[in-house]
Parts: sequence; C-alpha cells; structure tokens
Amino acid sequence: MPRFIAKRLASAVLVMFTISVLVFLIFFATPGVNPASRIAGRSATPAVLRHVSKEFGLNRPLPIRYALMMYHLFIKQDLTSYVNIGDKIIPQITAAAPITLSLIAGAVVIWLLVGTSAGIVAAKNKGKFIDPLVMFFGIAAISIPVYWLGEMVSLITQGGLHSSVFAWVPNGGYVSITQSPVQWFTHLVFPWITLASLYAGIYARVLRGELINNMNEDYIRTARAKGLSERRILYKHALRCSMITIVSLFGLDVGVLVGGAALLTEVVFGLPGVGWLTYQGLTNLDLPLIMGCVMYGAFFVVLASAAVDVLYAYIDPRIRVVN
Amino acid sequence: MTSLGVLLFMVVVVLLAPVYAHDIAHDNPFASNLQGRIKIGGHYRSVMQNNTQGLGLGVTPIGPTWNFAKYFLGADELGRDVFARILYGGRVTLLIGFSSGLICITAATVLGMLAGYFGRATDWIISRLLDIVWAFPIYLLAISLSVILVTSGLDLGVIHIGAGSLLLPILIIASVYVPYVARPVRGIVFSLKEREFIQAAIASGASDWHILRKEILPNVAPSIIVFFPLMVALNILTESALSILGIGVQPPQASWGTIINDGLQLLYTRPWVAIAPGICIVIVCVALNILGDGVRDAFDPRAKLRGSI
Repeated sequence: MPRFIAKRLASAVLVMFTISVLVFLIFFATPGVNPASRIAGRSATPAVLRHVSKEFGLNRPLPIRYALMMYHLFIKQDLTSYVNIGDKIIPQITAAAPITLSLIAGAVVIWLLVGTSAGIVAAKNKGKFIDPLVMFFGIAAISIPVYWLGEMVSLITQGGLHSSVFAWVPNGGYVSITQSPVQWFTHLVFPWITLASLYAGIYARVLRGELINNMNEDYIRTARAKGLSERRILYKHALRCSMITIVSLFGLDVGVLVGGAALLTEVVFGLPGVGWLTYQGLTNLDLPLIMGCVMYGAFFVVLASAAVDVLYAYIDPRIRVVN
Repeated sequence: MTSLGVLLFMVVVVLLAPVYAHDIAHDNPFASNLQGRIKIGGHYRSVMQNNTQGLGLGVTPIGPTWNFAKYFLGADELGRDVFARILYGGRVTLLIGFSSGLICITAATVLGMLAGYFGRATDWIISRLLDIVWAFPIYLLAISLSVILVTSGLDLGVIHIGAGSLLLPILIIASVYVPYVARPVRGIVFSLKEREFIQAAIASGASDWHILRKEILPNVAPSIIVFFPLMVALNILTESALSILGIGVQPPQASWGTIINDGLQLLYTRPWVAIAPGICIVIVCVALNILGDGVRDAFDPRAKLRGSI
C-alpha cells in the first residue's frame, strides 16, 4: 500500500507539472498574442507594460519565464491583478476555496443518495412502469444545462412563490457555517440540488446498468441456488460489486465538478467561490486572476482524484496489484 | 425512433430559419430595436415599455405576444425578437455541436488508430499528448484556451482565425474532448491487431495504409458511431456553458447559450427569454442521448439485454 500511494503521488506530481506547462504555453506563448498587454489589461500605460514585462521576464527565454510564473504563483504568491490594481490573487483564491468546497460537499451527498437509490429502484423494477420513468429523468438530468437549471430554480424560489412557500430562500450569496449553520444551509441547499441533479442522473443510469448486468452473473445464480432472499442477493451481493464502478466514477467526477459545473452553479447563484472568482476574471479580462484560478483549480482536481484513487485501492485490494 | 424524429424536426426548423424567420421577426433579430412599435389587436404598442411599477423609471421589453408574426416570445433588453433570435441561435448551436463532434471524432480516430496500430514511439508520443489533455479538467482547459483566443484570434502564420469567428469555439470544444474518444479507439485497435485477419493481411504484404483503411477502420467504425450522438449533446452543453461565461459565441452572433445569458437580467420580469432557449437545448440533448442509447443497443446486443431505454 505505501508503494501504491508513493507511485500515485509521483504520477500526480508529473501531471501537475505538465498541466502547469500547458497553462504557461497557453497564456504566454500563443502565437499572435502579446502576453504583456494581455496580462496588463485593456487600458495599460507603457510603464505598467514594462513592469509586467520585467516581472514575468517576457524578454527572457521560455524556461525562465515558466520558472518566474511558477515563482509568482506558488512560492512568493504575490501575483497581482492589473485590472483591480494591487489586488493580491492568491489570498482571494484561498478565501474563496471553502465556499466551493461547501458547495461540492453538499452536492456529493445529495447525488450519491439520490443517484444510487434511483439506480436501485430502476433495476429492481426492470420492465415495469417505474424503470423507464426513472431512466427518463436520468436522461433529462444529463441533458439540462446546469446554468439554465440554476436560473429556473431561482425563478421558482425568488419569483412568484418567494412571498409564500420559499420565503426562507435567500437571494444568492453565502454565509459561512461558523457564522450560522442554518443560514449556511439555506444559502446552499438550492445550489446543492442544482449541481447534484446532473450527477444523480449519471449515477442512476450507470448503477442500474451495472446492477442488471451483475444480476445475470454466475455468482448471483449460486446465491439464488443457496436459497438466499432476492433482497439479500440484491443488496449484499450485486450492489456491492456494482459499487466498485460507482467509486471509480467518483474520482473522475470530482475533477469535472470543480472545473465546470460548480463554476456555473456559483455564477448563477452568486456564491463567491473559486468559480465565481474565475467568472469575475473572465468578465474583466483579468488574466492573472484567471491563470491563478485555473492553476489552483487544476491542481486541486489532480490531488483530489489521486486521493480518491488511494481510497479506492484501500477498499478494493485488486486495484493495488493491477497498477 | 421518436427521438430521431424530434431531433430531425428541431434541426429542420432551425436550419430553415432564414427562409421564414423574416416573417416572424420583420426586423433584423441582430440589430437593437429600442424605438420600435408593433401593432397588436388593432393598436400600436412600443417594443420597450415604460415601467409602471415602483418609481416608473426605465423600460421593460415587451412580453410574449404568443403571436408568431410579432414578438412571439417577447423582446430582449435591446428590443430584439427573442423567438427569431432563438431560431437563428439554434443554427449556431447545432453547427457548433455537430461540426465540433465531427472534427473531434475524426481527429480522435486518426490519432487512436495510428497509436494503436504502429505502437512503439508513435504510440508513446500520441498517448502522452492525450494524457496531458485528459488530465486537464475540461472546462478549465476550455476557459484558458477561449479567453486567450476568443479575444484576440489565432494567428499561425498561414492560418488566421479572427477573434469573433465561430471556428474558435468549434476547434476548442473539439480538441478538449479528443482524448475521451481517442483512448478507447486506441484500445480497440490494439486488440484488433492481434486478430488473425489482421495478421493475415500483414503476412500477405498489404500496405499499412491499406490495412488501416480496409481492415481496421470498418471494425472501429461501430464504436465511433456510438460515440457521435453523445458527443454532439456534450458539445452543445459545453458550447452553452462557454457562451454563458462570455467566451463562446461572440456578439453579434447568438446561440442558445448566449440567449440564456441575456435572459438572466430579465429573469423575473420576462422569464421566457431565459426559459425558451433552455428548453430547446434540453429537447435536442434528450433526443441525442436517447438516440445514442438506441444506436449503442443496435451495435451491442448485450446492452439491449440489459434493457436500457
């Protein structure tokens, strides 16, 4: 196991290195783009341009420029915005991170609960009315743009019904759990549902397919021959085996989530997390801010999926051998 | 089959927009129309109406008239006919979805086949390139590429793509998804190479090009076709996400994604501006996903055994 962890971490470090090189090349070496004027923003004076040029070593060779960028991003952490002059970027990201994490944590709980139970219900009732119904909702969930779903949820909770049923739903924003757990919950519950719906749909579909597949396997026939109840066969045998697929999916999804769906959910509900910060960067064309968010976000994704892999190997010993 | 019908209906309605959208819009759906007046039920009303609530300041665009001839779904903040914009925007959304799907699958097939067939150094280089893109969270990669390219265009010596060009989102969306198709293709080719009929072709002295084209491609094709509808749905969702963030389709062009974004400011006063384009995306993507499942069942009878819808 320690060897597996060391190997997995080493590969994570390698991946982070290549990602950082790729980000560097996109931001500093795209043909036809002048990086100094892009970083400094639209209305930069020549003095600012010279400062940017010096800070990022733009007239020096590529490897030195790369090293300088990494130095500003991770070691000295003094990357500053040129749009909101003087704003340090890294502290903004670390301050926003707990909000994004709160959003993801709650959504994960919801989508695992809803996704797995919907998958089980559909598999149990295969061929009956409820199965295609659940699966249709599954397909609908993966076909809805997250942002639009968020808009519709806001429309329902903040529109006509806001004065009656949904009076307790705040209009966007965030309150930390240490300040008020109740407020934290009411601010986050609808973003959680919005974000979770897509993944609940995917998980329900995958789990249903796996369960029905596994129910045709020999070991299930053996279990039936032993005279075990259908209920026990489903939950103790088939479900256990199918969950392995779900866990491996989970590692991938945490990554996709942080990068994409969570960003859009934060924007539409006005949650000031890392995704919202990225969006601010995009609307102001604040390149250092975008670069910082992308780099920290990507690194977090890589580390999170490495952690899930280690957990996965802990649960399922076969993985350690295969890798 | 219903899904195919729905999909074809949406595609035809949207593709034919230039033929009849003029009858719906009358005015150019891309130019603002703040002073416009339309005739409804015998009397004229302005497109931008004075607010009557609160302080009575500012204007609100006209709401849905439910009359196909004029402002069926109302107007947006610039007084443009939302319904006509959805018809034209759908062309852009579908164009991006299908063409980036085609580009992605073509590139992925070529890369996957080369890597799987030649192995060794070719495989190593291609696989490492795919790994890098694979490891990068899709949206973060698309955001990085878009923010640089969409604002200043791409200049590669001979090739020059302007900043607002639709080619940029198409290429960006196509390239971020390449590894998701190329990796399975490589795996399939790898196992095909060990099969007798390929070995026989190699032994009979057929050229690599011939084997790739005549022996391998027909065997890879079903797996690729299965991917296509799902890829298009994924591309449409990605396009709308990028457009919503302001780094996808650029004005004056519109897509369903940009119209959803326009609708955010009017969400509580004129909700249809946001609702309608979202429903269009959902209908097309549901149809594509059901179609994709159907195609998969057709090629893989085992999946049908599982009884997916």
